[in-house]
Amino acid sequence: MVEPAIVLIEDEPEIRRFLRVTLGGAGYRLFEAGTGGDGLIEAATRQPDVVIVDLGLPDMDGLDVIKRLREWSSVPVIVLSARGQEREKVAALDGGADDYVSKPFGAAELLARIRVALRHGTAGGTTDGTWANGDLRVDLARRQVFAGGKEIHLTPLEYRLLTLLVRHAGKVLTHGQLLKDVWGPGHAEQAHYLRVYMAQLRRKLEQDPARPRYLLTEPGVGYRLAAE
Amino acid sequence: MTEQRPDPDALLTRVKHEEIQARRGRLKVFFGAAAGVGKTYAMLEAAREQRDDGIDVVVGYVETHGRADTDALLAGLEILEPRRLEYHGTTLREFDLDGALARRPTLILVDELAHTNAPGSRHAKRWQDVLELLDAGIDVSTTVNVQHVESLNDVVAKITGVVVRETVPDSVLEQAHEVELIDLPPDELLQRFREGKVYVHEHAREALRNFFRKGNLIALRELALRRTAERVDAQMRDYMREHAITTVWPVAERVLVCVGPSPTSPRLVRAAKLMADRLGAEWAAAWVETPAQLRLPPEARERVVQSLRLAEQLGATTVTLSGHRMSDEILAYARARNVTKIVVGKPARSFWKRIVLGSIVDTLVQGSGEIDVYVISGEREEGPAPSPVRASALRTDWVAYGRATAIVAAATAADWLVFPFSELANLVMVYLLAIVAVAMRHGRGPALFAAVLSVAAFDFFFVPPFFTFAVSDTRYLFTFAVMLLVGLVISSLTVRIRRQAEAARDREQRTAALYAMSREFAGRPGADDILKIAIRHIGDVFRAQVVVLLPDRDGRLMAWSGATAPFAVDGNERAVGQWVHEHRQPAGLGTSTLPGASALYVPLLASRGALGTFGVRPVDRDAFASPEQFHQLETFVNQTALALERAQLAEEARQAEVSAETERLRNSLLSSVSHDLRTPLATITGAASTLLEAGLTLDGKTQRELIESVRDEADRLNRLVQNLLEMTQLDAGTLKVTRDWHPIEEVVGAALNRLRKRLGDRPLNLKVPADLPLVPMDDVLIEQVLVNLLDNALKYTPSGSPITIVATAADGRLTVEVADKGPGLPPGQEDRVFERFYRADSSRGRGVGLGLAICRGIVRAHDGRIWAQNLPGGGVAFLFTLPVGDPPPVPAPAGG
Repeated sequence: MVEPAIVLIEDEPEIRRFLRVTLGGAGYRLFEAGTGGDGLIEAATRQPDVVIVDLGLPDMDGLDVIKRLREWSSVPVIVLSARGQEREKVAALDGGADDYVSKPFGAAELLARIRVALRHGTAGGTTDGTWANGDLRVDLARRQVFAGGKEIHLTPLEYRLLTLLVRHAGKVLTHGQLLKDVWGPGHAEQAHYLRVYMAQLRRKLEQDPARPRYLLTEPGVGYRLAAE
Repeated sequence: MTEQRPDPDALLTRVKHEEIQARRGRLKVFFGAAAGVGKTYAMLEAAREQRDDGIDVVVGYVETHGRADTDALLAGLEILEPRRLEYHGTTLREFDLDGALARRPTLILVDELAHTNAPGSRHAKRWQDVLELLDAGIDVSTTVNVQHVESLNDVVAKITGVVVRETVPDSVLEQAHEVELIDLPPDELLQRFREGKVYVHEHAREALRNFFRKGNLIALRELALRRTAERVDAQMRDYMREHAITTVWPVAERVLVCVGPSPTSPRLVRAAKLMADRLGAEWAAAWVETPAQLRLPPEARERVVQSLRLAEQLGATTVTLSGHRMSDEILAYARARNVTKIVVGKPARSFWKRIVLGSIVDTLVQGSGEIDVYVISGEREEGPAPSPVRASALRTDWVAYGRATAIVAAATAADWLVFPFSELANLVMVYLLAIVAVAMRHGRGPALFAAVLSVAAFDFFFVPPFFTFAVSDTRYLFTFAVMLLVGLVISSLTVRIRRQAEAARDREQRTAALYAMSREFAGRPGADDILKIAIRHIGDVFRAQVVVLLPDRDGRLMAWSGATAPFAVDGNERAVGQWVHEHRQPAGLGTSTLPGASALYVPLLASRGALGTFGVRPVDRDAFASPEQFHQLETFVNQTALALERAQLAEEARQAEVSAETERLRNSLLSSVSHDLRTPLATITGAASTLLEAGLTLDGKTQRELIESVRDEADRLNRLVQNLLEMTQLDAGTLKVTRDWHPIEEVVGAALNRLRKRLGDRPLNLKVPADLPLVPMDDVLIEQVLVNLLDNALKYTPSGSPITIVATAADGRLTVEVADKGPGLPPGQEDRVFERFYRADSSRGRGVGLGLAICRGIVRAHDGRIWAQNLPGGGVAFLFTLPVGDPPPVPAPAGG
């Protein structure tokens, strides 16, 4: 099997150097680009399995890079950005990015995101109809949910919300994406609906809802179902 | 004589005096006994010498009267172009004050100090021009004749029979740095006069023939010489004082002169001035306002004002006292001020009046004790001393007389009822009662009328033969006389009491007005408020329109923008205000400086200088002609100035505090950054370089330790930078709070998730009930608050010590508590921990001390409250509240 290819679009040489070592050591083929323009050429010619884009690039906005990329490719995109830039992250995610990592980040965190992205990129999420993590198990074919060894009864809306998260397990989903997929396009502004249902789900699925293990909150961005 | 150390206070006064002298220009006066002695000539000669010494001399204004020798001296001196004024078709030449100020020579010659300026000039008198030149630091040489000296004015008038209207206040001459007496023996002067060398107007020549008589000239010469000698004497005494030469000094003398509406008052004032000068004493002029005098005719009041002004010009302090007995007030004031001599005029009351009513002088002398009383002859110059106007007699109030008649008629009716059973004396009593009633309500005139009417009615109805005015028994005539007299006395007493009450009320109102304004000032700290209050009060009390002019950065006065100006202060008016501001004295309407202005301008004087100018335009243009009104206005303005200065000082103090605080913060920040940023950097650099250089020789465990310390320190640096960044945003006000409805449970969960690595297996006690309402908040920021509070708990408590998070909702508030079991805060420091750069215990602290300050900033931005409290069983709890608001419609749990 050919090692997965990653295109890294990042202008800081030191970060590129650190990622070169880290990603190379993890068995990925890395192609680097210092500008958005070069990055798009690399992405077009190298046929990468994942693209990592820094949001602050010298020649163009990282968001524009993602949009241009999405015109012809569905390759998973991971965004690098700083804490406190939640607005930009949401814009990037809604604009086509698959996930993000906040700077400064540890190697483990990035590698986990890459693994999730590769999984979704190649297999499109779960295929065998079941998903499990810890004591939480979702049987999509039978529409059954188990937590702590017991079957949990969910309302249809809760179930739709959970299955959406399961299909993107490990990936962050923005409020907008969740609202649109569960409630439909008309409810994009009613984020508190989503929060109420999420709280209900936690109460049913988590041991300690105030310290969730599975249904994680990314403040200002959205939710993530812990995948591993 | 013994040399001894000069008194330090005296030295200080002298130094101050010299400082003022150094800044101001020097005044040199060429002083002479009469016209023609050669003052102008001497002045020009001196000027030529000074010019030859290289001094910048300009002739400001010199009248040579076409005399060739004087003209010759002018040649070669720079002469200032005179100002030309059109006045009633003739062109007048006047000294150009502005030109002189613009030219700014070292020395300027200005002839005839006593000259009265043409209408339309800035000042009424030339000596005022000269004072302004001196204030501007320009030296001035000028000339004066002895008859123009204010205090000698009437002495001269007595000697020569010529009253001189142009006078120079003594205080101006006393400011002179040098007085040079130009002396010419009377014979020579007469010779010059006869030869036509003394210039006089053609039409005045005959009149002046009387003036230029040898006897007059000798007397004038003596006056001039004596005046100069007095000055030399004063200089001598100054010298002795400066050099601490002890002589027998008389106890400090104080002279008080009592002025009144009498035309002789100015004489009294001048006499007092001479006496004070000879004694080297301070002096004051007092005017006692008794209820009767409140109703003096305007001319008489004007004379009082003039006398007080004269006294002020001659250097006295002036004071208006009020009370009902002149002598009592004078003595009380004299005692309070340690006055040693009182000067009063000879009483103008006739002999008989004095016998009956006593005289002021008698009572003064009786009560004076150790104070000397000097009685100066009050020679009548014109007419009798004015008596108070009988207002009731002037203004016939027919209604009042009607009422008086009615009251007497009522008394008669009452008497008629009791007449059959009563003595005549009782009937008289009823009439007296009626007279008192009339006097109380209607004043003197109707009371007198009632007295006469009562006697007539008594006679007509009750004295036999009845119903005629005839009297059968002549003893009744005595009854009538006594009845009339008693009626008159009672009515006049009653009226006097009423007037005193009125006077007291008047004064009371003025004081109350001032008090009202001061009290409002006390409650308002801002300068704008103070100005608004002052404008309102001054406008009301003086029935005037008020504008405030304040200086801008360049010292130019501008109308204050805080209130709309009731009248435009443009061009000329502003120039008057500017002059007032710069010279720190009132000018404009009702004063002798720039009287053509439409308003009176009074400077706002405070201890630090002029703060601005009040322009006051009264409805009645003569409102400020009376000195009481004028002083009253000054009192109001001064009160305002003090309040304003206080406000400014307070504001400056606050600013200074703020900038000191900013400075302190900046210093703290710098020291934090230099220390707290460098420490992790040093660790990272050290660990990394060790790994780089000796990595292969180190065992695996050591390598791992070094790498972990690099990562931990980098984390720490990251938190630090994050905190600094957030604090900066909070300070700059750029931190945006995006509120949305959130369950607090979710935010707590997010914070715990972010800290999960550092929390490790720390025991957590979470009490976040499921039924808490959604709360409007910025989840990112509140998560940060929780992270900082948890971070704090982790930092200050030993590992293994539990942390508790409790959330409750009550009274429209959500309260979140983060508690630990650590050592707690030092008592009393519970509030200080939220200050920036504060660390409860610096030995254990790691970090800049911004975390809690950021929490406070964020919670406040949410309209919440944050505080800390030590727990009874040890440890500390940090609590913050968030307002709950009206929760949004929430979908039913089963909905979908």
